[in-house]
Amino acid sequence: MLRIQCPYCGLRDESEFTFGGQAHIVRPPPECSDIEWAQYLYVRENSKGRQEERWCHTFGCARWFNVTRDTQTHIIQPVSGADEPSSVPDTRAGEYCA
Amino acid sequence: MRPGPYRLSSGGSIDRTTPIWFTFDGRALVGHPGDTLAAALLANHIRVLGRSLKFHRPRGVFSCGMEEPNALLQLSEGARTVPSARATLTPLYDGLRAKSQSGWPNVRFDVLRIFDRVAPLFAAGFYNKTFMWPSWHWYEPMIRRLAGLGRAPVLPDPDRYEVRNAHCDVLVVGGGAAGLAAALAAARSNLDVWLVEQQSELGGWARWASGRIEGVSAQEWIRSTIRSLGTLDNVRIHTGTVAVGVYDHGVVALNETCEDGQGVRERFCVLRTKKIVLAAGAIEQPLIFDNNDRPGIMLAGAAHQYVKRFAVAPGRVLVIATNNDSAYPVARDLVASGIRVACITDARARVAHPLAEDLRREGVPVHEGSLPLNTEGFRVLSGVTLGHVSDDAQSIVSTWSVACDALLVSGGWNPNLALYTQAGGKLQFDLDRRILVPSLPLASVSLAGEAAGIDDMELAVKHARALGNEGPAFSSNASEFCGPRVRPGGDPRRQWVDLLHDVTVSDLDLAIAENYRSIEHVKRYTTIGMSADQGKTSAVAAIELVAARRAMSPADLGHTTFRPPVLPVTLGAIASGLHGKLFASWRETPLHAWHVAHGAVLETYGGWQRPACYLQTGESREDAIRREVVAVRHDAGLFDASSLGKIEIHGPDAREFLDRFYINRLDSLKPGQVRYAIMLRENGVVLDDGTVVALSPQQMLITTTSGNATRVAHWLEEWRQCEWPSMRVVIVPVTDRWATLSLSGPKARDILRRLEPNCDLTREVFPHLSMRQARLQGVEARIYRVSFTGELTYEINVPSSAALSIWQELLNHGGAYGIQPYGVEALQRLRLEKGYIHIGTDTDGTTVPEDIGWGHVTRAKLRDFIGKRSLALPESVRADRLQLVGLRSSGALLVAGSHIRISDTRRTTDGWVTSAGRLSSDGTPIGLALIRGGRSLLQQEVSIYDAGRQVGVATVVAPPFYDAPGDRLHA
Repeated sequence: MLRIQCPYCGLRDESEFTFGGQAHIVRPPPECSDIEWAQYLYVRENSKGRQEERWCHTFGCARWFNVTRDTQTHIIQPVSGADEPSSVPDTRAGEYCA
Repeated sequence: MRPGPYRLSSGGSIDRTTPIWFTFDGRALVGHPGDTLAAALLANHIRVLGRSLKFHRPRGVFSCGMEEPNALLQLSEGARTVPSARATLTPLYDGLRAKSQSGWPNVRFDVLRIFDRVAPLFAAGFYNKTFMWPSWHWYEPMIRRLAGLGRAPVLPDPDRYEVRNAHCDVLVVGGGAAGLAAALAAARSNLDVWLVEQQSELGGWARWASGRIEGVSAQEWIRSTIRSLGTLDNVRIHTGTVAVGVYDHGVVALNETCEDGQGVRERFCVLRTKKIVLAAGAIEQPLIFDNNDRPGIMLAGAAHQYVKRFAVAPGRVLVIATNNDSAYPVARDLVASGIRVACITDARARVAHPLAEDLRREGVPVHEGSLPLNTEGFRVLSGVTLGHVSDDAQSIVSTWSVACDALLVSGGWNPNLALYTQAGGKLQFDLDRRILVPSLPLASVSLAGEAAGIDDMELAVKHARALGNEGPAFSSNASEFCGPRVRPGGDPRRQWVDLLHDVTVSDLDLAIAENYRSIEHVKRYTTIGMSADQGKTSAVAAIELVAARRAMSPADLGHTTFRPPVLPVTLGAIASGLHGKLFASWRETPLHAWHVAHGAVLETYGGWQRPACYLQTGESREDAIRREVVAVRHDAGLFDASSLGKIEIHGPDAREFLDRFYINRLDSLKPGQVRYAIMLRENGVVLDDGTVVALSPQQMLITTTSGNATRVAHWLEEWRQCEWPSMRVVIVPVTDRWATLSLSGPKARDILRRLEPNCDLTREVFPHLSMRQARLQGVEARIYRVSFTGELTYEINVPSSAALSIWQELLNHGGAYGIQPYGVEALQRLRLEKGYIHIGTDTDGTTVPEDIGWGHVTRAKLRDFIGKRSLALPESVRADRLQLVGLRSSGALLVAGSHIRISDTRRTTDGWVTSAGRLSSDGTPIGLALIRGGRSLLQQEVSIYDAGRQVGVATVVAPPFYDAPGDRLHA
């Protein structure tokens, strides 16, 4: 069980949270290609090391926020609100929308 | 009262003045306070305690602690019976009833010992290779009866369990000298400390071992340290508590066996720690030789403890076989206790331990460069064959035999680091000491005492005191090197590595011969280390044996994973009282008490307890459902739909916000108009359906299916917060605030009129799919004309506090019209006749709107909405998608879940029945089904399959089955 720092409530057990997957995924416009849309729907990073994720403190303040979690050590880095800019460059959009 | 024949006349920390009576396999025996069950059995010369798993070999006590692979006994009977209790950890109590777990007619004359004669049959992979035809399932019941360990209780658990959540700065695991010193040092630094000890008393080996710590005897040091800890209020001490697992971020699971007499049997604790000090000691490893499993063969350190702590002699004449120094103090203490040690063999070519000379002077031969080769005995040990080996330990130089009834073995001490690895620590094989040691420091876990490789108590205490915030230091003392642990040659089929799972050296040979290379694969193929002891005395030897056979260094082989729990935990402790309503709670509507008082058969639907139907005197369930259906079709019915999800969306952008979720156009929705609407996931799959109304320009109200109310509110919130944070909306779930009473049937209008609502109910003014905010009997009400039955329906939403009075008013006034309350089952039949779908029943995780006939709506909406783009993907427009259609049969009743085949040419299913029932008019079996390309099959016959067999045919039709023009709906 992880211990997650909610930016609004403080350190809480993982069981209070809902995992929201990879953060900073940009929704392509409706005119995009099928491939681009399928990438948006289904393709996610599966990195060994730091990755940016969304979490929701569902059984607390119900707010969404971003964290950086190391998938190897589970060390969770400082957090931001879900609408705040990423603390690491968002490589996804450029990679798949080209 | 007679002490057991093997009880020494003096010594030990037992209370000899008090007898404790207990039974083993029905035989009455006596022990003393301070004994474990294993000690008391040994004192009474009970040597055969069980039969081994595969070969039914007799087995006896092998250890003195949690690593015990043999002495697993069934305790008590009935509801409180405990399977596979380790006799070595079970404190003796008055009236304890223990039984061996295998052996028939009894453990001494086990008929199945024949399995030992055909041992070659039971090689690794035996089950997988043998019981293949006709199928494993055919053999499984018999094999399960023969195999396995204890029997789980079948009666309800009468005991209470607790779960507890706690925090601390430092958790010290292990209450021996090192653990006590670490706890005291941390507590004196003003840290919040927890100390857990698996045994019921603190002190560990220092309670009985010879030796001095900081100038006083070990026992005196323990007493004074415990006193010091007692004066500090920032230390919590939990004895009888096992740290069973370490999880991420310093979370530790503890399981406490309670003896507080407060009716709690076990207490499970989830402890959040900042730092762990692991002082859980080390586990002595066995030696590998032929027939090394006979009762009477025991770990040397365990024998030491039986003699010193329990005053129990492991035998009359002993042989000690070691490959390291730790056995010499054991030999000294045993000789001092008057036990005859016939000889000592040491696998090392040269023995430098100072006690070796002392022992020789006292007449105990110490043979260097020698190992046990084989043992003799019928049921129990009667003698051992020893051998001198060459310097490289690859060949035998000479052999000789010694008669003895106990053989004490020591293959070195492996630090107990399971919790360290669970916290992320890595181990490496130490070639000098032939054990697994930490390879890198871990910030969250410090090691102390024998777990840190320090077996001297004085040094361990000094080291533990200084731990502070340093990483773990593992003591590496080159003089502690161990000799070989495996005899050369011999019969590998008779050389046990894992006693509990009966895995021999030949099983490892076979695995290697069949090209299993990774130690993890060898483990799974041979099941070595996979039993209840999790390889505590077998994993290390397995690494050495496998590495030798692969001609590589054990240091390069790696090791298996030591997963939680470290010791088995009862399911009761994990459940901790969370059963029944506390396990999966259900919700009740404001009318729950009324339902209960009026014959409702309550069932859980979508997390709510709701009436399935209302039973009247003498009625069967089917009678009741039919009566309710007839009432709705002919007169009127009243349904408690309060579980219907209700969410208000407020704010200037409320309508625009919702428009992005639904496939339907909401811009044209006029005040008072209701729209049936469907929302999708981003992949185009139907998520939920319900209604949308505009209460005012800045106030929208949506309904959801009962089971989806929370999910939909969460879904709306996710998009509001993460994608459209600038939209000015507030999402307010109001399901509990409003009760929903659904009045349905041709006489619904007449009945509602009797309650004098302040709105016009005539069809022209208040048509189907509209909503009025009105007052009803002085209560504010939101009255919808929507229908899930196909009849004229008013869904009357009133504040939950007014639900009961309005419900009763409707029934009172409706009495003259033949009104009946009806339940979920009647509603299911009514909606099926109309072909109304239930999301999640008639749709699944692949259903897009086109599949359920709503494609025209998605195409008509030009603006983007969630999931729209996915509907244009090639997968979403395939002609052979599963499409929802109706089925009508002239034969047997259809069954939901039955499979459908269009023709015999395809080997796979072409779909399945999603809902099934009968026409209310003539009982014709009908159903809804998802069928591959179903809409192109109208009026065709398809085959219905249930449980693999064809059960009938049905005709594909287009729903609805009832009132197709909708005259009754629009009445």
